[in-house]
Amino acid sequence: MIDPQKLTIKEAYSLLSKREVSAVELTETYLSRIEKYNSELNAYLTINKAGAIETAEKVDKLISQKAKLSPLAGIPVAFKDMYSTKGIRTTAASKVLENYVPIYDATVVAKLNEQNVINLGKTNQDAWAHGSSGENSDFGPAQNPYDFERVPGGSSSGSAVAVSSSLALAATGTDTGGSIRLPASFCNLVGLKPTYGRVSRYGIIAMASSLDSIGHFTKTVWDNALILNHTAGMDPNDATTSPVKVDDYMDEIEKGVKNLRIGLPKEYLEGLDLKVKDILKKAAGTLEKLGAKISEISLPYTEYGVATYYIIQPSEVSSNLARYDGIRFANTRDNFGAEAKRRIILGTYTLSSGYYDAYYLRAMKVRRLIVKDFTDAFKKVDLILAPTSTGPAFKLGEKVDDPLSMYLADVYTVNINIAGVPSLNVPGGFIGDLPVGIQIIGPNFSEKLIYQAAYAYEQETKYFKRTPNL
Amino acid sequence: MNYEPVIGLEIHIELATKSKMFCSCSADYFNKEPNTHTCPVCLGLPGAMPVANELAIKYTHLIGLGLECQLSLSSKFDRKNYFYPDLAKGFQISQYDLPFTQKGSIEINLHGKSKKIGVTRAHLEEDTGKLLHSKVDDRPVTLIDFNRSGVPLIEIVSEPDMNSSEEAKAYAQKIQQIVRYIGASDADMEKGSMRIEPNVSLRKVSKGQGSSVKELPNYKVELKNINSFKFAAAAIEYEIKRQSELLDKGETPAQETRGWNESKNQTVSQRSKEEAHDYRYFPEPDLPPFVFNQDYLLKLKKELPELPDQKLKSFKDLDLSDYDAEILSRSKDLALYAMEAIKVGEKTGIAAKKIANEIINKKPDINNVLPAQLVAQIYQSAQSSDLSDDELTKAVEETLDENPKAVTDFKSGKENAIMFLTGQVMRKLRKKADSGRIKEILLKTINGN
Repeated sequence: MIDPQKLTIKEAYSLLSKREVSAVELTETYLSRIEKYNSELNAYLTINKAGAIETAEKVDKLISQKAKLSPLAGIPVAFKDMYSTKGIRTTAASKVLENYVPIYDATVVAKLNEQNVINLGKTNQDAWAHGSSGENSDFGPAQNPYDFERVPGGSSSGSAVAVSSSLALAATGTDTGGSIRLPASFCNLVGLKPTYGRVSRYGIIAMASSLDSIGHFTKTVWDNALILNHTAGMDPNDATTSPVKVDDYMDEIEKGVKNLRIGLPKEYLEGLDLKVKDILKKAAGTLEKLGAKISEISLPYTEYGVATYYIIQPSEVSSNLARYDGIRFANTRDNFGAEAKRRIILGTYTLSSGYYDAYYLRAMKVRRLIVKDFTDAFKKVDLILAPTSTGPAFKLGEKVDDPLSMYLADVYTVNINIAGVPSLNVPGGFIGDLPVGIQIIGPNFSEKLIYQAAYAYEQETKYFKRTPNL
Repeated sequence: MNYEPVIGLEIHIELATKSKMFCSCSADYFNKEPNTHTCPVCLGLPGAMPVANELAIKYTHLIGLGLECQLSLSSKFDRKNYFYPDLAKGFQISQYDLPFTQKGSIEINLHGKSKKIGVTRAHLEEDTGKLLHSKVDDRPVTLIDFNRSGVPLIEIVSEPDMNSSEEAKAYAQKIQQIVRYIGASDADMEKGSMRIEPNVSLRKVSKGQGSSVKELPNYKVELKNINSFKFAAAAIEYEIKRQSELLDKGETPAQETRGWNESKNQTVSQRSKEEAHDYRYFPEPDLPPFVFNQDYLLKLKKELPELPDQKLKSFKDLDLSDYDAEILSRSKDLALYAMEAIKVGEKTGIAAKKIANEIINKKPDINNVLPAQLVAQIYQSAQSSDLSDDELTKAVEETLDENPKAVTDFKSGKENAIMFLTGQVMRKLRKKADSGRIKEILLKTINGN
């Protein structure tokens, strides 16, 4: 009897290849667990029971034929409901798309399907990815498994809950302003925001096109790197993907951090919650113990990040949501929730004649400066260590009536999206019983280096082992 | 009060690329079953993304060169945001402030005078779907066909340099000719691959005041729904009349869009255009900006075919009349054919003028008669056309006198006799003659005129 709470992809792969468990058994274990816990956790909006079993049966057949299989074959995975899945309802957690069924797969979905992953279903989120807590879902928020009175973080709330509650071994997400890293921090997970353009956006409902980054959640660093090996790469259907060669992220993952230069940005430490600062300082200490060289660096334009982000992002959102007119598919626009309406109106305003120069254009100019902050910093250090969140998960309802305070929850994550650089959240410890993550940020296309540092840190601390009590 | 028409033209040209502007659906949509040339991209489905058609950009550059425009070394696409049922994404991918080409001009020729018309810019964008008003179960409905959605479109904007419907028509025809020469489009107004939208306003000109005062009027009227050069001219004429009547009354014509009504022969107000619609342009984030280097531009210049004006000049240099040169250079195919025939003719000692005449008057099938064959035909008849009708008639009459038996034979039904007589005439002439002509004259003479 396998215990999903203790399972990682690495171990599941071992069990499957040794034929100690069949793909169908594994899948059924996860499906029954979902059946048991999902009504309370609300992690999944759509469960792909029949499709999952079908793929599992196919994998078992291939295994019995001794076919050469990917390490991802038979691995139960969940997809954020922003990802188009052919024939499977895709809602972006909005009433507008309540009954929308795509006729095609997103590139990442097709790529993972090619590896024969088991698609368990579509996960809950803030509607249209607008949010930092999961409370903007039109279908009710997902619950933080570490504390049911607290938010799991957003916008990829359901995906984070699914993995941390062991209702999937991995789940995909999108990170436009922190929507993978923040829930990863609140749910004790490894969450990747890759370099912009590293992973294809084709088929994934667009939030803010120049900021959307396509990543995923896992329990461990090894698992996370394995998935990126299969999702990264140039896509002829996405003109913003990069031709830069895809590394083998598993290769040398155990290299360690000896002599690696890691910077702590002083602007991120000013005014940081003392308990989070403690966790960050401890993490720096651990890395130093492992051989890294810690220093203080400066990212001078940090304070302009939230303002810049909350002008550029809504502007692009207002345009990207224009296609939902209810004429050919989807329900009518009066089905948009309050936050979606807020961002559409804000974005229309910031792009409008007479205001474009003062807002959108100005924000794009400041964006350049924030990019330069990181380029300059990476001349001095190899990686940057930073907090992910302002604290552990806040309570449900705490920030719901104050959109601005909700926006400020993104203060440590947005600049990374503005600059386009990659960042990985790793479990950083606990405040009381609540997990808190830390970010490891690198220059463009340095995911391999980031994984090496994260792996060393993870193996030393092993915070991922502390699973929630369900 | 005298008024001078101030006319600008916005011309949209659908490019003859195989696939659409931002996806690989077929761009050949004319007369196809509705909604059969579609995919998630041109349907604007959630998650779909555009990828630019390289050939379309190249055509835009070539057309820009053909219009003497500057080619921008850096350029980008922008989103033009507005809602309409035929616009799948709720925005059109177009170009705003960094078009691929700008600041050019073309020359039009009217009544022996040439005039320069400025071209503000030529940019690239995607076409919308097509709306069709119809009835289903007796209910009025509007059907949307997305076959045309995403087809590459070039928008050519002129300076308001035209002052008559004639000039506007000449400009439009020149643009059509240049685009066809380049091969970028069939620019057919009936098929919708070329669309014209004139802007018309009137400038007050007091007597004695020359056209040195070039202030633009404080309004302009945009005309739509024009599908031929004839209607373009008619619509402009109607507008000139309508606007001058208003101005005479002391009223300023409303800034608006008016549609041409074919059956009523008038323009009808469609919607008010008080200020430009706020399209909230911003750079298209899904398409990285473009940077072109000098190498690429030089290569393009070499690829540019000889254009109508150059062809016109080369014909004139051969001493052909303006009229002949203009007709021969109308279409690229004809121009190439004529030039080839003239070259062959040169070798055989036949004057360019003769060849030009033959082509213009006899209108040979240039797809089935090779230039060399045409020249051979001309050579043949050239030999016999040295003889005048009188000479021929004289020879015929003499031959008939000398061969009374053959005449009798022919009259009693022997067809061969004509051939014999023709041969005799030719022997008498001792020159190569047009046997057809000889036969003609023989028959005429025998049958008693």
